[in-house]
Amino acid sequence: MSPALIITAIVTILAAATVMSLRNLVHCALAMAITFSGIAAIYLQLSAEFVGFAEILVYVGAIAILIVFAILLTRSGESPEKSVLTSGWGAGIVVSVLVFTALGWAVLNSAGLPKAATAAPETTVKNIGEALMGKFILPLEIVGLVLTAAMIGAVIIALKEDPKTDNSGRKS
Amino acid sequence: MGNMFTALDQIFVNVLHWLVSFVPEPWHPFASALLCISFILMVFPAFFSIITIFERKGIGRIQNRYGPNRVGIPFTKIRLCGFGQFVPDGLKMLTKEDIVPRAADKLVHFLAPVVMLIPVLLAYAVLPFGRKMTMTDYDAGLLFFFAIGGAVELAVFMAGWSSRNKYSLLGAMRAIAQMISYEIPLILSAVTVVMVVGSLKLVDIIAAQNHYAYGIAQWNVFTPWGLLGFMLFFIASLAESNRTPFDLPEAESEIIAGYFTEYSGFKFALFFLGEYLGMFAISGLGITLFLGGWTSPVSFLTWIPSYIWFFTKLITIIFVFIWIRATLPRMRMDQLMNFAWKFMLPLALINILVAGIWHFMAVDWQRWIVCSFLVVFSYVILGRGLMRGQKLGKRNYRYAE
Repeated sequence: MSPALIITAIVTILAAATVMSLRNLVHCALAMAITFSGIAAIYLQLSAEFVGFAEILVYVGAIAILIVFAILLTRSGESPEKSVLTSGWGAGIVVSVLVFTALGWAVLNSAGLPKAATAAPETTVKNIGEALMGKFILPLEIVGLVLTAAMIGAVIIALKEDPKTDNSGRKS
Repeated sequence: MGNMFTALDQIFVNVLHWLVSFVPEPWHPFASALLCISFILMVFPAFFSIITIFERKGIGRIQNRYGPNRVGIPFTKIRLCGFGQFVPDGLKMLTKEDIVPRAADKLVHFLAPVVMLIPVLLAYAVLPFGRKMTMTDYDAGLLFFFAIGGAVELAVFMAGWSSRNKYSLLGAMRAIAQMISYEIPLILSAVTVVMVVGSLKLVDIIAAQNHYAYGIAQWNVFTPWGLLGFMLFFIASLAESNRTPFDLPEAESEIIAGYFTEYSGFKFALFFLGEYLGMFAISGLGITLFLGGWTSPVSFLTWIPSYIWFFTKLITIIFVFIWIRATLPRMRMDQLMNFAWKFMLPLALINILVAGIWHFMAVDWQRWIVCSFLVVFSYVILGRGLMRGQKLGKRNYRYAE
């Protein structure tokens, strides 16, 4: 492991821990943006350029902004008074350690895991593009269709209601 | 003779190699990166300070006044036409008191200008300033540029939210809504170039434009889809860098200074710097995609060093930015959104289709006619659709009785 990887990993995990422990939700969202950038940096160190840039473009550029706006529009900026830890935090730690051990044990002993490290495949942006446009064209089209449907739905929800129809004619 | 021009063209690259050769071998990549970074940190802020004077003087001339014309070299009679103004301007910014509102979120308020500047400076890493003058030549350089640009929105939000000021928050909301809306036509207009060139690498995009027919360069802007793409890119880049007529996020007459209302002193200067450096970077990308990057427009001027061509084009585009700022009034929010979603987005989508037709039709005069017709036709139809229902005409004044 290179020192750069260790540093990015530590920053990412610290930021992720901050997301869970801060009380102010906007601070949490900003810490989450740091986590996303850290994950992108790890992708870049593994020379997965496309995934790294897509991570920044989608998660830091769009998802973080979306979260921040959702927080701003749905609640006041006041942070809750009560502690972030619930009363049963001790039991929570025990359960999470157990689940982690079980999952880790299952993954390490699974037959699907290659025992020896395989050579990293040569993936360039060009290969990814050709795969998306050739082999995986159908999933891509389906994703496009689903997103279009979601967008039309969002537009319909945001549409100004006709003043003639009263609240009874309103769905949802 | 030819050798001399090649040497002049590659002078910065050779100086870099010469400087790097002083450090021991294992440190070469590190030293080279450090020198490249210091090059960017020296050249572009210096360029920024010159451009601020250029802008103030230019707008002054357009508005029939002089602009700054006093500051020159101290204790002499030399006044340099006022081009020394940026030194006292900078000193004033540095020495001003840094005011932080009591209710502000101190940490986020402090970090916002820094977060603003980092992605903007990172964007310069992939821009080719001249022949063999690219800092990092990523395979997906274009994607890197757009990905990094997305982080600026977060900085704008941080500034607007942490100030605990209505005007700041309103400015940030406006800025983010505008940036997200105009990012779509910006990226879609760049996609046409990627489709035709077949690469996301900025060096390849320039190489594809670096040949001449009848002595005139074959830049992307000299094709129907390229011209439309460049126009869309240019308008979207005006909006992305918050310039007039898209400067609603910092509309002085409505919301004081938008998201940086509560910033003073050096932090304000950092926002100002970040905004201008972002403008240069996005203009540089426009030059690379559509205006041939560092290549010469005519074949008999190819001996002029490549970086001079790049900066000449950059200054020309910045001049158009300043000219537009001095000419056009600010748009209204609904006009801004209508323009982005009902005009620019469909036009950018049609342009992708036009670029595809251009790519697959035979290299002939027919494709010029088909593609030009499509571009002009869609422009007229969409433009009429946008103007429909708008009451344009003489303004109707109402007076109190």
